[in-house]
Amino acid sequence: MTKLITPRDISRRGLLRTAAAATAAGLILPGLGGAAMAQPKPGGVFRLGIGHGSTTDTLDPGLWDNLYAQVFAAARHNQLIEVDANSQLAPELAESWESSDGITWVFRIREGVTFHSGKTMTMDDVLASLNHHRGDASTSAVKPFFDAVTDIRADGQNLIVTLEAPNADFPYLMSDYHLPVMPSADGKIDTTSTDGVGGYIVESYEPGVQATLTKNPNYWKSDRAHFDGLEILSILDSAARLNALMTGAVDVIDQVDPATIGMLESRGGNRILSISGNAHYCFPMDSRAAPFSDNNVRLALKYAFDRQELVDKILAGHGSVSNDNPIGPANRYFHAEMEPKTYDPDKSKFYLQQAGLSDLTVTLSAADAAFSGAVDAAVLISERAAAAGITINVEREPNDGYWDNVWMKKPFVASYWGGRAIEDQMFTTAYARGGAWNDSFWDHDRFNELLVAARSEVNEDTRREMYHEMQQIVSFEGSVIIPMYNNYVMAVSDKVGTPDKISANWNLDGFRAVERWWFA
Amino acid sequence: MTDIWRMVGQRLLLGLLTLFIISLVIFGATELLPGDLARELLGQSATPETLAALREQLGLNDPAPVRYWNWLTGALQGDFGMSLANRRPISDLIAARLGNTLFLAAYAAALAVPISLVLGILAALWRNSVFDRVANAGALTSISFPEFFVAYILILWLAQGGLFPSMVRISPSTTFWDMLYITFLPALTLTLVVTAHMMRMTRAAIINLMASPYIEMARLKGMSPLRIVLRHALPNALAPIINVIALNLAYLITGVVVVEVVFVYPGLGQLMVDAVSNRDIAVVQAVALIFAAAYVLLNLLADVLSTITNPRLMNRR
Repeated sequence: MTKLITPRDISRRGLLRTAAAATAAGLILPGLGGAAMAQPKPGGVFRLGIGHGSTTDTLDPGLWDNLYAQVFAAARHNQLIEVDANSQLAPELAESWESSDGITWVFRIREGVTFHSGKTMTMDDVLASLNHHRGDASTSAVKPFFDAVTDIRADGQNLIVTLEAPNADFPYLMSDYHLPVMPSADGKIDTTSTDGVGGYIVESYEPGVQATLTKNPNYWKSDRAHFDGLEILSILDSAARLNALMTGAVDVIDQVDPATIGMLESRGGNRILSISGNAHYCFPMDSRAAPFSDNNVRLALKYAFDRQELVDKILAGHGSVSNDNPIGPANRYFHAEMEPKTYDPDKSKFYLQQAGLSDLTVTLSAADAAFSGAVDAAVLISERAAAAGITINVEREPNDGYWDNVWMKKPFVASYWGGRAIEDQMFTTAYARGGAWNDSFWDHDRFNELLVAARSEVNEDTRREMYHEMQQIVSFEGSVIIPMYNNYVMAVSDKVGTPDKISANWNLDGFRAVERWWFA
Repeated sequence: MTDIWRMVGQRLLLGLLTLFIISLVIFGATELLPGDLARELLGQSATPETLAALREQLGLNDPAPVRYWNWLTGALQGDFGMSLANRRPISDLIAARLGNTLFLAAYAAALAVPISLVLGILAALWRNSVFDRVANAGALTSISFPEFFVAYILILWLAQGGLFPSMVRISPSTTFWDMLYITFLPALTLTLVVTAHMMRMTRAAIINLMASPYIEMARLKGMSPLRIVLRHALPNALAPIINVIALNLAYLITGVVVVEVVFVYPGLGQLMVDAVSNRDIAVVQAVALIFAAAYVLLNLLADVLSTITNPRLMNRR
């Protein structure tokens, strides 16, 4: 098995892949890459109003969990690898990477990059930044992904990572937002420092309130970080966020309340960016517990969901129907040709009969902590399911402590996933046997077999087939109902210039709005 | 005067005892909340191993009484410790926000107290007149709406046209006068919310006295109604008015989290809410103690002032 992946290689093949995915999702834009492309220009202070952020936010990268921390990190840090606007890997602090067997990965680390403090980035810094997420004492959220890593060492400018088993997608892990390169001392990174190699230098930061940053004059990327400075504000109240944008106090806001989109558009001066990514809202069922242990019952429930209505009413159209598929249209191996599951009470009844039941009563636990509108969605689902002879009792749970006491504790709950750039990461995270976040406690032999096999498969077509089969299995035999993909909905001032293609990988252009956008 | 000082001393000691009991109650209550700091910090991405490692680091594995004792001994030495969540000294975390909260409370009080006193006195003077009815109806209307509604209405009228900013952004270069301008809307919201209580208490207390024989005497002597109210009725009505003002001031310090959220104002309320939802007990305790201390001190101040305004209380034997 010989496999050599270089960034050039990736982008060439990536172009084809993305073109295919984009057509499948109906996303291709006329004139993409044509002469109409707006040119970025430098200047101005970019002010972001973000609907997350808390006084308890920390600078420890292993604990970042909200959009505020993610965007603030993207402004001051770089990772080894970046996911570009087309969901392809692009070199950042790693110039290139390759592996001959999928087990030993060699990352060539860029030379001559300096931190804001003036210190030159060394291999020790890179090692310490990764090792922060490994080992028993680590408290990092990405620790489970490093379980498969047996060794990380430096050899000159090469970073050599050894895995337990082959994984062709391993480099994607290095694009995770939890893995910025931070300055180190004695093999440890300082988790109280804001020093990084990114495009902006932190002037002041008050958790849960605001951060002020100025342009890094020594930034190694010459075509990025166009603003003179950034102000990242935490504005939790959605009406306050909207007011801030309308009164010109900020230039961009995230998480626009769907109910206000029409009014904002008719007012002028701002535009809505609605980006369909891989993020999805879902309803996991505990596959170990009756009645959900019977796949017929699960199918009966799946056909009792009116997916289009959920998209129309809960997302106000800013999303799309999902066929119980955690792999989204922005993924490489998205399986678009699966038989769609339309709302069909008769089919539902048929599957109930197959399960030997004449009616079914289940309890669905929901709170808006799962996603905004989760309780409304649950009520809507309950109404529609009644026609199929399924009684869904909606139990409204408190937001506080939802992830502790409800999710993965009660048998049928509301939840969400932010979506992942690669299929393997999504499946391993939430569907693999014994996975820490396998929230449906699902265990499917063929699926688990394919998951391991696909990781090391080098033939592109075979790999695609494998991932398609896995999606088919999850959709029709899985224990998670995924009715919809939710768009990332942002509103920006007309003063702000945005690239023709905005990343669907995460919110706010993959958190990179701060360095990819500009003032027109 | 020595009596006054003795009273102040006694009250302060009792206040300390109250604070101690409050800290016990708060600690107990936060222990009852489901989940702990480690769980809240890691959120959906928590695995048993990372949870265990984080709990170990944060010292959450000690039994509750031990954690309370550690916190108490630290606090007694003036060391509120570090925020468990982000490892920043709690005193730093609180200092700026306490300043902001006190500023907003003082600003709102500086608007609300004179307005409600004047309106209350005038309403009592012109009892049952059109003025009285309009003032009452206006004050009751504004107190009856939820705070966020009042705030949104003010934003709609005063901020969207560009007259005042809809969100408060404080930087080190903000001058005092800028502060007064940018925090005008939150201060006005709070003023509208607290005015009714103080105004109606002033009116009721004065009207109550207006029926007493000595006021009738003054009236028979031919004094002007304004002089009767200001010179004879008001000094005797001060005690209940002072108590209501103290209560409202305490409210302005402790209960404005909704207004803070709508105007994105970095005050103590938001800090408290964040700390509770993340189970950052050390911060919750510190903020709760500040709130409790505000109530204790303002009540003490109210008692002292009403004693001073009433010679009968000063010389009781």
